Amino acid sequence: MSAYHKPADEAQVADLIRSAGAARTGLEVIGQGSRRHLGRFTEVESVLDVSALSGVLVYEPEELVLSARAATPVAEIQALLASKGQHLAFEPPDLGPLWGAPAGRGTLAGAISVGMGGSRRLSAGAPRDHFLGFRAVNGFGEAFAGGGRVVKNVTGFDLPKLLAGAYGTLGVLTEVTLKVLPAPEDTRTLALLELKDDAALALLRRALGGAVPVSGAAHIPGEVLARFEALPHALAGGSATLLRLEGPQAATSAYAAALRVALETSTTPLVELEPQPSLALWRQISDASCYAGSAQPLWRVSIPPRHAAALGAGLRAAGAQQLYYDWGGGLLWLEGPPGDDGGASTIRSLLKAHAGEGHATLVRATRAVRANAEPLEPQPAALRALSERVRAQFDPLGILNPHRMYGSAA
Amino acid sequence: MLMPETDPGLIARRGEIVAALRRIVPGEGVIHAPSELRAYECDALTAYAMPPLAVVLPQTVPQVAAIMAYCSSLGLKVVPRGAGTSLSGGALPLGDGIVLGLGRFNRILDIDYENRCVVTQPGVTNLAISQAVEARGFYYAPDPSSQVACSIGGNVAENSGGIHCLKYGMTTNNLLGCELVLCNGEIVRLGGKAMDPGGLDLLGIVTGSEGLLGVVTEVTVRILQRPQTQRALLLGFPTVRDGSVCVAAIIGAGIIPAGMEMMDKVSIHATEAFVAAGYPLDVEALLIVEVDGLPQEVDLLIARIEAIARRSGACSSRASSSESERQRFWAGRRAAFPAIGRMAADYYCVDGTIPRRCLPQMIEYMAELSERYQLRVANVFHAGDGNLHPLICYDASVPGGIEQAEAFGADILRRCVEVGGVLTGEHGVGVEKRDLMEVQFTQTDLDQQQRLKCAFDAEGLLNPGKVFPKLCRCAELGRVHVHAGQTRFPDLLRL
Repeated sequence: MSAYHKPADEAQVADLIRSAGAARTGLEVIGQGSRRHLGRFTEVESVLDVSALSGVLVYEPEELVLSARAATPVAEIQALLASKGQHLAFEPPDLGPLWGAPAGRGTLAGAISVGMGGSRRLSAGAPRDHFLGFRAVNGFGEAFAGGGRVVKNVTGFDLPKLLAGAYGTLGVLTEVTLKVLPAPEDTRTLALLELKDDAALALLRRALGGAVPVSGAAHIPGEVLARFEALPHALAGGSATLLRLEGPQAATSAYAAALRVALETSTTPLVELEPQPSLALWRQISDASCYAGSAQPLWRVSIPPRHAAALGAGLRAAGAQQLYYDWGGGLLWLEGPPGDDGGASTIRSLLKAHAGEGHATLVRATRAVRANAEPLEPQPAALRALSERVRAQFDPLGILNPHRMYGSAA
Repeated sequence: MLMPETDPGLIARRGEIVAALRRIVPGEGVIHAPSELRAYECDALTAYAMPPLAVVLPQTVPQVAAIMAYCSSLGLKVVPRGAGTSLSGGALPLGDGIVLGLGRFNRILDIDYENRCVVTQPGVTNLAISQAVEARGFYYAPDPSSQVACSIGGNVAENSGGIHCLKYGMTTNNLLGCELVLCNGEIVRLGGKAMDPGGLDLLGIVTGSEGLLGVVTEVTVRILQRPQTQRALLLGFPTVRDGSVCVAAIIGAGIIPAGMEMMDKVSIHATEAFVAAGYPLDVEALLIVEVDGLPQEVDLLIARIEAIARRSGACSSRASSSESERQRFWAGRRAAFPAIGRMAADYYCVDGTIPRRCLPQMIEYMAELSERYQLRVANVFHAGDGNLHPLICYDASVPGGIEQAEAFGADILRRCVEVGGVLTGEHGVGVEKRDLMEVQFTQTDLDQQQRLKCAFDAEGLLNPGKVFPKLCRCAELGRVHVHAGQTRFPDLLRL
């Protein structure tokens, strides 16, 4: 029987999960629902809407720590942090518009639970690297805590790492504590124009292996760049290879100068973008917002950066469209090649052939395609079995977001 | 310290066990002579010692897998060991268990500059990784003070930090992948050279698991280009409170230094007498603040920090103007432990983390405890991240000396938790802080952690007696698997 539950506090969350356990009813756990279409369909009719668990509990800028109820909107947190010159350094992507939702929605726990970092993943890490502690309710209906409220802690198992990126399958987060960091005073972008993929990616790798701190390294081919909004005129027409520089004002200009020397870019057309266009550009790169307004299967592929150009070429030859590179080549976004599975088998076999590792995530697809493709990269049997054993130790009855990550273990 | 009950049956089978291990690891890789076992009876927490049943030193991953499968079949406990530098007794052996030493896994396997990572065997030292890539200007960022000796596998097990983890993170933030041998001998790879591992973040949970979940047989770490410039500031303050205000003001101004260390008066005087680093002796607290990056940025930040320090009441301020001067600033801090070691027959190093704002009250509390226990305490402190290292001076030859020092340390750690902090910032729980875990966690919290262990090690054979005050009871904790509903969902019984 379907039901819609909206608990007001942790105790109610626990009660509802215990009842669901007794009745063997699965629950789809949602906050604002902005990432609801990521992962597999949960195939359950009952919803546990935790959006009422909202509000900042503790914000101590000088301790670099913020605690909030789990479903506090990311936008509210970002505004609060900005008022103290701080930010969430992992730059959580705002993916709602990919499924037609308005921009700026999504909760803190949702951003953590899908484990995705934006362009600054490269230098600042993913949500897991900033997730210090939590309270949650497991599938037994027990409230428990993990981690702590200080930035340096090795006491017991590092459960926050495990719950970040677990798609709500291990517990329903009720409170989260994050490490927050000073926001950069100044942001600039060095854009090198008209480079082909392989040259561009080699250049990004060179930049990332140098002494200048780079906090974003993307290569956007011309056809993708054409879809960007408010694109600076200087970037129109061809590809752009982008390096983001952040820091105190005097430092970013020094970074830009040093980087130009290090990269020996004299023969490549180059522009330097001011803070405003830089921020707009990197927001769109992190959010993959150029793919909004379409229903094409959308993929996010994580690989060792050295293989990026070859994989990109292979994917294009197989029919992939609108491909761009972030994280210096460590991340590819693309619309899938043709196929009933959104290109899953093609992409995964190319990934295996070119890199031998990494993973491809189906971010968006129609219901029909999602029925034919595993959204998360299938794992080798021993690892899959271990992951399932771990999951079962949190939720043995499979109440919480059942099969949101993987199907039944073999 | 109560350790798991020994099984005399297993001890009686020593000969058979040694022979079986020899079949897996031929030659000198199995140690069982009492005189040789003594080298393995403790780690760097020397207060606890116990010779193991045997030590096995495999050289290949299949050997590790075969050892684990054998021990699993026999119900034989395994204590994994890296370089034995744990300060919390993480590698303390069990009398009826074997020590699995990874010391012979000492090769770097792949230096991959294009992907900016190094793949290495776990017995390679932390520093050796940096040395292997220094010719190209790279290094591995986490720098625990034992980096000359500690192994990267041990770093993974303990999630080691170091002076520069304020800016560059702990081991977990610099680790890309590992190969893990499970209790049953299965081999799994977690992560790799890509930035994000797919699926559940098992790499994240294995890191810092203190040898309770599996044996790490290969490690992939991220390497970084060494910063062009590093400069340090030496700031003296008339009170610890002023120093703490300065630390908060630096971070409040949006600066995350590469390192930010505080020393109290006892430490300043002890180190100055030992290495003559040129520290001011008329201050109550000394702050060493290091910034790194391109020269322009570094100079800018040094100027900003100097201004903040003046406003915070610093009574002395010196910025390094050369690399040798920077090294001299650090010389005292680096020598702090041995310097304090000269003050007393023995010292006991405590490791807790607090919200930084609580530092002044913690220092006052420690002074109170020092009176009460009649033991001196010196403080060095990773000020940037609130990680305390009080060094309690005692004399182990005095009856009850070690117990008094431990009680002193436990009082400090309890207070750390009371003010919102944690029991350990970087040294791990091991046996040392095991019995304090209930101060920080509820039984439900601990049950969930122990259930997680059950997913990796259902028989509780890997490093039992560490981290958790009670031994794992997988059958009981997981009863819902076997007889669904009986313990966790009692209402089901009525159905």
